[in-house]
Amino acid sequence: MKLLYFAWVRQKIGMPEEELAPPESVNTVSELVDFLRQRGPGYEAAFRDLKALRVAVNQHHSGFDAAVGPHDEVAFFPPVTGG
Amino acid sequence: MSEIRVQQADFDPGEEIAKLGDAGGSTGAIATFTGLVRGDGGLTAMTLDHYSGMCESEIAAHIIEAKRRWPLLAVRIVHRVGRLTPGERIVFVGVASSHRQAAFEACEFLMDYLKTRAPFWKLEERASGSNWVEARSEDDASVKRWQ
Repeated sequence: MKLLYFAWVRQKIGMPEEELAPPESVNTVSELVDFLRQRGPGYEAAFRDLKALRVAVNQHHSGFDAAVGPHDEVAFFPPVTGG
Repeated sequence: MSEIRVQQADFDPGEEIAKLGDAGGSTGAIATFTGLVRGDGGLTAMTLDHYSGMCESEIAAHIIEAKRRWPLLAVRIVHRVGRLTPGERIVFVGVASSHRQAAFEACEFLMDYLKTRAPFWKLEERASGSNWVEARSEDDASVKRWQ
């Protein structure tokens, strides 16, 4: 699974992207977040308040209940502020 | 006919307008928006982070939606990324149509969606340090009027 982090999510986690193979029990974005939170204090800080976070699965805005699989690209970021 | 560009380099609004005018003889109106880095509150620079690929596909999806709603002849959107200083151009949205109402409305529609859906993030730099800009609820309210 390819994971991407943007803006302060990237800064808290300390990298822009990574390839991971989450356990088979991870089938949704929420389950992925629970798995990532255990990976260290940076992840814990990034995923502390999910209301402040948005997610995209395969480059489409998604919800935390969206399904994810081993070949998906999942991105975490704060609400967008372009324009 | 539409063009989407996400780039570090500056752009020339005049050149974009000229290209919008090339859409054909039935073009009667071109409406554009150019956004600049505002230097208020002691802002010294702004760095734009973006999700390459998704930026372009989100903007493309909203151009398709705009063309479904209004009879547009051409759309050009340019969004800059990287570090910019006050006064520099950030974004350009330009649309060509036969009549002004469609051009004005589609330009606003595209700008409202760009601000609330396209994956760009602004980091503001001041003498006191750097801060990520927080999303504004006014922008969410602006986009609701199109729903």
